[in-house]
Amino acid sequence: MNMDAGTLARPEQETRELSYAEAIREAMDIALAADERVVLMGEDIGVYGGAFQVTGDLVHKYGTDRVIDTPISELGGAGVAVGAAMTGLRPIFEFQFSDFATLAMEQIVNQAAKVRYMLGGAVSVPVVMRMPAGSGTGAAAQHSQSLEAWFAHVPGLKVVQPSTPEDAKGLLLAALEDPDPVLIFEHKLLYKMKGEVPAGHYLTPIGKAAIRRKGTDLTIVATSIMVHKALEAAQTLAGEGIEAEVVDLRTIRPIDRETVLGSVRKTSRLLCVYEGVKTLGIGAEISAMVAESDAFDYLDAPIVRLGGAECPIPYNPDLERAAVPQVPDILQAARALAGERV
Amino acid sequence: MPDLLPENTPFAIARYTPDELKAALRKMYLIRKFEEGAEESYTRGLIHGTMHLSIGQEASAVGACMALGDADKITSTHRGHGHCVAKGADVSRMFAEFFGKESGYCRGRGGSMHIADVEKGNLGANGIVGGGLPIAVGAALSAKRLGTGAVTVCFFGDGANNEGAFHEALNMAAIWKLPVVFVCENNKYGMSTSTERSTAVRRIATRADAYAMPGVTVDGNDFSAVSEAMDAAVARARAGEGPSLVESMTYRWRGHSKSDRNRYRSKEEIADWMARDPITRMADMLVEHGIATREEIAGLEAGADREIAEAIEFAKTGENPKVAEVTRDVYTEAVQ
Ligand SMILES: Cc1ncc(C[n+]2csc(CCOP(=O)(O)OP(=O)(O)O)c2C)c(N)n1
Ligand SMILES: [Mg+2]
Repeated sequence: MNMDAGTLARPEQETRELSYAEAIREAMDIALAADERVVLMGEDIGVYGGAFQVTGDLVHKYGTDRVIDTPISELGGAGVAVGAAMTGLRPIFEFQFSDFATLAMEQIVNQAAKVRYMLGGAVSVPVVMRMPAGSGTGAAAQHSQSLEAWFAHVPGLKVVQPSTPEDAKGLLLAALEDPDPVLIFEHKLLYKMKGEVPAGHYLTPIGKAAIRRKGTDLTIVATSIMVHKALEAAQTLAGEGIEAEVVDLRTIRPIDRETVLGSVRKTSRLLCVYEGVKTLGIGAEISAMVAESDAFDYLDAPIVRLGGAECPIPYNPDLERAAVPQVPDILQAARALAGERV
Repeated sequence: MPDLLPENTPFAIARYTPDELKAALRKMYLIRKFEEGAEESYTRGLIHGTMHLSIGQEASAVGACMALGDADKITSTHRGHGHCVAKGADVSRMFAEFFGKESGYCRGRGGSMHIADVEKGNLGANGIVGGGLPIAVGAALSAKRLGTGAVTVCFFGDGANNEGAFHEALNMAAIWKLPVVFVCENNKYGMSTSTERSTAVRRIATRADAYAMPGVTVDGNDFSAVSEAMDAAVARARAGEGPSLVESMTYRWRGHSKSDRNRYRSKEEIADWMARDPITRMADMLVEHGIATREEIAGLEAGADREIAEAIEFAKTGENPKVAEVTRDVYTEAVQ
């Protein structure tokens, strides 16, 4: 998992196995301990430990003045975090589900993203927003969305999607050092996933993709949980003589053009896999980026996108699975793509 | 008949016939058994996702719907099974929905958090806290413009009263004098956060003052008290006098959802509220006033048990939705 991951952990830094949720908690713990300006805000992040147990016991260590339970007031709560970030605090605001960020769009889109620009650079908004996202939990249409591309459409916001425990920690610490608003989309099904995580402080750079598997026959650009599905598919494909290169985008704004274009120049085939609705999403941006560049000349086949179905996430488990890309879908698309030639 | 009743006769005893009262108690049992059946089905892996049980809040749901007919509307919440049953839903189709079946109220697309019965006037539970409040005001606007005479009852929790939608909805309902009754089921907590920690006022009903409408707080575990407050509020709405806010003080016996470890409240507090069981209190009231015998009440309970057992069997045998139809009903007419 560490190949070309671009983590700036010192080589001598020891690693331990942590879950994705534990890695995020460790990042917040490090930040709270190191910097008095850091506060956590969100619904039920105190004694409850967060809806997904990400903040866990932090309230017992840092108290209710720094681990702040808000009322159920997303617009107000997010706005308070924005105002506090403009004036000296370093808030980490947890949305209980990223779906509820739709209630706070005003403060995120009109205020946090724009106030620096509107004021001619006189202020910055160093706020971090954590967004539990994605389907697969049976929670249906209003608790399962993948809205990251909406936010990535807004200049002024940075949007990251860690796929591993190591990156979940490193990107959160990087987000805290970033002077601008950073939204972190955490896939709920990844919270329990385990992985090696460096101890102590380190940064995973925002804006840098990671090549998770090297290959020569096609490039699969994936985000978040789809990285793991792509890697699983790549292993099967290898048995069939197809070597897929898997690029974990990690940041969707700003996108790491060089890594994506470099891989496409090498493999000449591109498959984009993401959970958000297929149309007008991340895949469209990646595809256009390739089409507008010299990498287009290297393509040996039309670009293929696999994204979420054009519907809300349904409740029934079979329908829910069918609404987002699965490993067999990736296999089928990759096989067809590898065999194709224009 | 009211003249013959002693002075301290509960409102509900004076207002409703014995049959209506027994039917109300039966519905309270049906909700309790429904929730227990759903909980057990969940534990046995027959239902996925999560659910929010309303055990302990039955008098509030049934009492609030007493003054409503089929033409009246409700909007409900994530803790909405009880509201759905109280408004007259068929528990078989509710279970079918929870089991993700095509025969469910939402054809298996919605599940527990979106349970609805539009024919009976239930515009739906809601996954978004506070999401139903403006919708209820919209339903009331329709009723007023179209002259249907329908009243909308808007259920929401104490936690929802801190969403902007609550304040915006109450204000509009008041300035336009709409036929809507806002029913805040105050069970002391929004997930883990107590009203003391989340809400600046001690009584949520006092927020009615800010929107120039009547606000009352009632014992939400007392069926009669709830139905009395609702009788007045619904009558006011029907008469064109505008909205009201009713705060119904109650308690959920179970955790917030299936993942709650109850770290924010004590065992004693839970036991204390369980001793104020709304169903026991309703049954005692019916016996005390000669409305029903203990045997009759046992029969009501057994009937509810049977209905739930049959509903679960119905749900188990239902068909799953077709995967090819995953994008069905995104639009009224399919688009490419
Ligand atoms: C907008 C929004 N914020 C947060 C949540 C998560 N959530 C679901 S129910 C709930 C608590 C609601 O409390 P209350 O309104 O008092 O209803 P109760 O659960 O007590 O019936 C929370 C925080 C949500 N579903 N929607
Ligand atoms: Mg509550």
